[in-house]
This record gives sequence, C-alpha cells and structure tokens, in this order.
Amino acid sequence: MRDLTLTVRRGEIFGFLGPNGAGKSTSIKMLLGLAKPTSGEAFVLDAPSGDVEVRRRIGFLPENFRFYEWLTPAELLHLHGRLCGVPASKLSQRIPALIDLVGLTPHIDKRLQNFSKGMLQRIGLAQALVHEPEVIFLDEPTSGLDPLGRRTVRDIIRAQRDRGATVFLNSHLLSEIEITCDQVVFIREGQVVTSRDMRAQQEEAVRVEVRARKLSPECVSGLSRWSDSVQVDEERLTLTTRSREPLPDILRFLVGSGAEVYQFTPQRLSLEELFISVMGEDRGF
Amino acid sequence: MGVWIMAGITFREAARKKILWTALLAGAAFLLVFGIGLHFQVGDFRNSAVPPFLRYQVISAMLMIGLYTVDLLAVVMTTLTSVDTISGEITSGTIHAIATKPLARWQILVGKWLGFVAMAAVYVALMFWGAIAEGYWIGGVMAQHPVRGSLLVFLECIVALSVTFMFGTWFSTLTSGVITLGLLGVAFLGGWLEQMSGFTEGSRLAMVGIISSLVMPSEAIWRRAAFEMESPLSGSLQFSPFADISIPSIAMIVYASVYLLIALAIAVYHFGERDL
Repeated sequence: MRDLTLTVRRGEIFGFLGPNGAGKSTSIKMLLGLAKPTSGEAFVLDAPSGDVEVRRRIGFLPENFRFYEWLTPAELLHLHGRLCGVPASKLSQRIPALIDLVGLTPHIDKRLQNFSKGMLQRIGLAQALVHEPEVIFLDEPTSGLDPLGRRTVRDIIRAQRDRGATVFLNSHLLSEIEITCDQVVFIREGQVVTSRDMRAQQEEAVRVEVRARKLSPECVSGLSRWSDSVQVDEERLTLTTRSREPLPDILRFLVGSGAEVYQFTPQRLSLEELFISVMGEDRGF
Repeated sequence: MGVWIMAGITFREAARKKILWTALLAGAAFLLVFGIGLHFQVGDFRNSAVPPFLRYQVISAMLMIGLYTVDLLAVVMTTLTSVDTISGEITSGTIHAIATKPLARWQILVGKWLGFVAMAAVYVALMFWGAIAEGYWIGGVMAQHPVRGSLLVFLECIVALSVTFMFGTWFSTLTSGVITLGLLGVAFLGGWLEQMSGFTEGSRLAMVGIISSLVMPSEAIWRRAAFEMESPLSGSLQFSPFADISIPSIAMIVYASVYLLIALAIAVYHFGERDL
C-alpha cells in the first residue's frame, strides 16, 4: 500500500473496489490489526486500528471463511459470541434467529465439515453479526453463493445499515456493489484512483438514448450545448451529459425543433463501465 | 476469560485429532503388551530358582523400560497434535476469525497452549499411571517416587509443546514439526551419550551430552525422572539402562522450566508481532 487515504462515514455501506493485487484485503487486514502498516495510521471507531477493546464493536467476515469442522452452526456462533463478550443468555435467543437469517435453519444439526462453500460463507456472515457490531467488514461476502444466497446477503447488509451499522464491503461483484453501496472507492496498486457517491445520482454522468423522427441537422448540432458526445444513427440518437440536470431542457429543445420523440431514456453509467474506464486494460481482475 | 475459552476450544479440537486417538490406541496396545509381558515374566520366575531379590530387580527394570516407552509416546504425541495449531490456522485463514475478536494475541496463544497442556496432562495421567498400576498389580513392584516421575514426564511434554509453539509462529507446519522432532532426536542421542560417558568417566562425551541437553533438555528430564523412580539399590547396581550413572541435577530441571517459559515467551512475542 502507498498513500492510501480513506474516510468511511458512519452508517453507510462502503464499497471497496480494485483489481487483483490492488491491496483490498491487505487494507482490511491493517484496519483490523491483522497486519501492521510500515508507516501511516488508521482509526476505526475513533480508536487506532487493531485496538483490542474496540473489536467488541467490529464484525469481520474473512474471505473464504473456515473454522473448526466439527462444530455445528449454533456451537460456532456460541463460541464467537462468547469471545466477543456476549452473555450466554443473550446468545441463546440470538443464535437461532441468526441461523434463520442466513438461511441455515434446515442445516442446523449438520457439522461444518458437511457444509458447502456457500453455506460456510453464510455461517461466516452470521458470526460477524453475532455481537451486533457497529462496523462490519465483509471480504467477498457473496463468494460461492448462488443468486438467492447473494440476495439474502444483500438484504442482510441493508438491514445492518438500517439498524445504524457501517458496512465495509470488499467484493468483485460490481453489480452487487452497485445496488448495495452508498459510496464506492476504486484502488489500484495501493492508491485510491477515484470514488463515487452512489446516492448522488444528480451529480453522475448520464447516457441518454433517444428514438425520434424528423431529427434535423440543426437540431443535432444544437445539442452540443449540453453534450460533447452526440451520435446519430437514423432514428436513434445517443448523447452523454455530465449530470441529469439538463435533461428536461434537452427534451424541450428536441420537441421545439420539430422532432417527433418516441423514446427518451436516461441511463446512468454502470459501475462496470466506470470500473473499466478507471482501471483501463485487464491486469488480471 | 478469553484465554479459558481458547483453552477449552483448543482442548476439544485436539481431542478430535486422529493423531491423539492413534497415540491413545498405541498406548493401549503398549499397556496390553506390557501387562502380558509382566504376567509371563512373573509366571516364569515362579517356576525358577532365581532369588526373590533378583526377581524384584528384573521386574523393576521392566517397569522402567515401560515408563520410558510412555515418556516417548507422550512427548511425540504432544508434538504432533500441537504442531499445526498455530502455523496451520495461519495458513488456512482460520486464525482471522479469532484474531479479530476482542482478544489480545497473547491470550490466543496462551489459551491454545493451555488447551494442549491439559491434553498432555490427561494423556500422561492415563498412560503413566496405567503402567504404574500394571507394575504394581501384575509385577508386584512400585516405583520409588511415582508422583515426582509423572510430573517430570509431564514437564518434558510441556517443554516439547512450548518449543513446537515457538517454531509454529515462524515456520510452516511441516518445517516446525521437523525442527522440533529433530531437536528431540538430538536430546535423545545426547542423553544416551552422557549416560555412556558415566561408564568411562569420559568428560568429552559427557560434554556432548550436556550441550545437547542445554539445546533441548527433554531427555535430561527423563533421566532425572528415572533417577527419582528407581530404587536406590537397583540404580546403584545398574540393573536398568537408566541406572544412576549420570544423573541430571535439580539445576537442570530448573533450567528446563526456564527454557520452556522462554520458548513460550518467544512464541507469544513473535505471534504478537507477525502479520496474520
């Protein structure tokens, strides 16, 4: 890592993106005290990273969660809950609900050695939540999960944010990040390349697809006041604007210029498009 | 609290390892063979003209050989069951879910160490006192100071355990296992060389043995245990291979205790400093 500066606001779902070897997992390890930075400092919940006491308020799902295979899901959650200082009386109520939340109730009597990779991820997520932490680090939480499992995890992440928790999400699945996160940061070679506030849609670039007849050359050239990129293919017109702000003016201009508009569809640039534009050529992502 | 939770889960984890059950089976087989051997020897003596004094010394020597077997089994079992608890969990990533809990690194390591200490205690208690009981009930002999002997065998296991932990914080499972077993082999050889030196009073051979014991004091602890358990008469008459020809002093036992604490302290320090 070098010159990595990040700020994550409380109560948001923060997406941490980057190609393989960008330093995502290393960053999480440093924030959790699993690895020591050679220089620099990091704070989690106002405490230096790795602070033992503050870990009571932190949950963590490691990438490829593994644990002692002879434990049942309830035994595993009980152990992790006790390590976090949760009283046994609370755990007896919380554990069945957590197992149900991650969809493992039908497998409650199985031992971890009989769990699939996806089931291990689910119980790993449950152990990260067993002490109701304020900050939750999730390293590839949907790895190995089927679409239903991914949806469950997505719902759980949102529910955690709704109860006030901060979620730090490291994932390769850009579509998951896109529909879950409030803010994303792209890193490459240990440095922040760019960030994006997923809630501030008005501020984001938009591609507009228009289907219209009677598009005159004057009309098309007149669009240049709002867009640097205007392409026309018979009745199809595509233009990109820097924000959603001028969209009503563009539509009014088209109609006022005599064009017969059948379709006017603004589309936000996808995270994947943004990722590719930021990261450039494939370096093994 | 966290230390005891870690000790409990480590004990349960160790109790599920095949190597422990294999060692217990090997121990049970040993006790069976040892008991049968004692039974036959006692029966043969009954029909012979061997004087009772000599019979007693031979059966006592058999008991000492049996206890030496227990000692070797216990030390090897302790080493093999604990060798992957640190390095293996770092490699597999299992440690990540534990080391991010509100536990200091030393609590994790000491908790694991205590779990294996408890397991070694159970193993030594079963095997050592099983052999002692057979010697008494079948052979009619009793070790001189069996409690001291069992505590020293237990100490030897804890020395091997601490060394295994120390290397486990640095190296892979295989490497740390090979190094620890190699050190035990050096101690074994050095101990016997020192014992042999007693016959000729050869100081150079004794020096090799002493240096080996300083590098790894496990075998020296056994020879002290043997001295404590053998009757003064059979020891001085050299009826058993562990006769008191070259007896490690109490200072060596103190050294072994400090040695294990230093090995544990190094393990705690390095585990606390390294990236996981």
